Amino acid sequence: MESYTLKEESPVIKVIINIFLVIWAVINLFPIYFMFTFSLKSNEEIFGENIIGLPKHWLWSNYSSALNTGNMALYFFNSLLVTTLAIAISIMAAMMACYAITRIKWKFSGLTNAFFMLGLTIPIQASIVPVYVVMSKAHWLNKYSTLIVPYSAFALSMAILICTGFMSEIPFALDEAARIDGCGLFGTFFKIILPLMKPAVSTVGIYSYLQCWNEFMFANVFISDSKHRTLPVGIKALSGQYTTDWGPIGAALAIATFPTLIVYLFLSRKIQASFIAGAVKG
Amino acid sequence: MSEKKKRKIEEGLAIFVFLLPGLFLFISILIAPIAVSVYRSMFDWNGFSEGTFIGFDNYIELFTNGSIKFVNSLKNSLILAFFSVFVQLPLALMLALILGRHETRKERTFLSIFFMPVLISTVVIGQLWLKIYNPDYGLLNRFLDAVHLESWKHVWVGDIKTALGSIIVPTVWQYVGYHMLLMYAGVKGVDLDLREAAMLDGATKWQVDRYVVIPIIKPILRVSVIFAVTGSLKTYDLVRILTEGGPFQSTEVPSTLLENMLFLRNRYGMGSTISVMLILLCFAFALLISAAFKERDE
Repeated sequence: MESYTLKEESPVIKVIINIFLVIWAVINLFPIYFMFTFSLKSNEEIFGENIIGLPKHWLWSNYSSALNTGNMALYFFNSLLVTTLAIAISIMAAMMACYAITRIKWKFSGLTNAFFMLGLTIPIQASIVPVYVVMSKAHWLNKYSTLIVPYSAFALSMAILICTGFMSEIPFALDEAARIDGCGLFGTFFKIILPLMKPAVSTVGIYSYLQCWNEFMFANVFISDSKHRTLPVGIKALSGQYTTDWGPIGAALAIATFPTLIVYLFLSRKIQASFIAGAVKG
Repeated sequence: MSEKKKRKIEEGLAIFVFLLPGLFLFISILIAPIAVSVYRSMFDWNGFSEGTFIGFDNYIELFTNGSIKFVNSLKNSLILAFFSVFVQLPLALMLALILGRHETRKERTFLSIFFMPVLISTVVIGQLWLKIYNPDYGLLNRFLDAVHLESWKHVWVGDIKTALGSIIVPTVWQYVGYHMLLMYAGVKGVDLDLREAAMLDGATKWQVDRYVVIPIIKPILRVSVIFAVTGSLKTYDLVRILTEGGPFQSTEVPSTLLENMLFLRNRYGMGSTISVMLILLCFAFALLISAAFKERDE
């Protein structure tokens, strides 16, 4: 794609640009490296002379303290469960709403869409007081669904926005052909539209994942019992437990971070492409 | 029944059924609670009793009672918004423009690295930076020791002079990659022929970026600015982790105040008032920014 090499920059500028890119890369990678190394060190090493070097003794026991005493395995599972279900619910609800808005002609479809788009600007804090009061009165705090339902609601607007972009690219001729073949609206949605919306799933999934996996305010307010804590709340609790012992906290941070990063390393092209598709379609 | 009428009924039914789950979620978790918040913001209410109606007194108190710290928390959010818009976004734009010019292995690698912090949970980032800021064993102070700048050392998150800055740095750092990738999407969408035509006319790469690419990706820049500003108004995670709003409540933001109203002071009416103010501010800034971008176009 090097098709416009008419006026090249001077080599000096090129070098400056490259230095800038490398420095920024180091600034991005260093905290991750620092986290990984101190997760394997004892306090003596961290507080002593070996603060940023590789660990001299690889202290894997930090990981077993974080997993066993610190309950990180449970928190990880909770986060995974809550995030997966919230994403699944929001995608399904978004696809269905999108179908009603974009594939069926009716008077208020535009208005309904605009209504859903309000959610893009509404902060999660907006509903926290009433939702908290209702949930605590209904004894609905400290459950998985306490987080799953609000998360899927707050992921909905973005999901609809992205789905609309994808769905409008499916030719209407398909709907008509299905109708001529005697397929009803429900049949068309499940047999024709849904299978064609697979690319939208990964894009919506990434945006919702970023929103739900890291969500802290709702989780911190709504979940007080340790059985249902998600990773962010769990890490906060753990750091209260191990204020002086840095190793296990480092291990907990690594446990919360590396699975995502490893998936990202393998799928980075696809993840970026999906993220970009969301920006273009939205 | 005629074929047409049957069709109409099926359509009506389908619209209802397909919209039901989305509307149910959306209305019960977002819209109805906001209506309740607006209503409750006019009450002196502890969350469980009936409460007393006091009209706009909460709103007046919010801005006049200094001990609530709302004006100060708003100022903190706006300072954060300022740094997001004028440090984070320009940096993101620069990276997007540089990486969007070619597409070789080098550019792809940098792009992947720069997006990484976005994938890390803010709570993790907060804990990590606590270890960097730690006054005794933290990286920052030990680095200053090593280069003999002891006088620059601070109790970073505990000192009123540096606490807010300690929150701003990781916040700005984390989301550069997010905005970079959004903008990169726009840059990659620019027609290659347009670039080539400009280059043939003798434009340098910087001029192509300035006069061809940036005007085309304006809609994405608008979205980025809106996200950066509303995101700053909503900020919560890093403040909770790094400073808890302290020292002496100097780093409170509206969201932490909101939480304090619920759990420390049992003032649910005032909490609702803060919620309503946040919604209003988010919408006001979104409209204002959109209007500013439109004005520029004319």
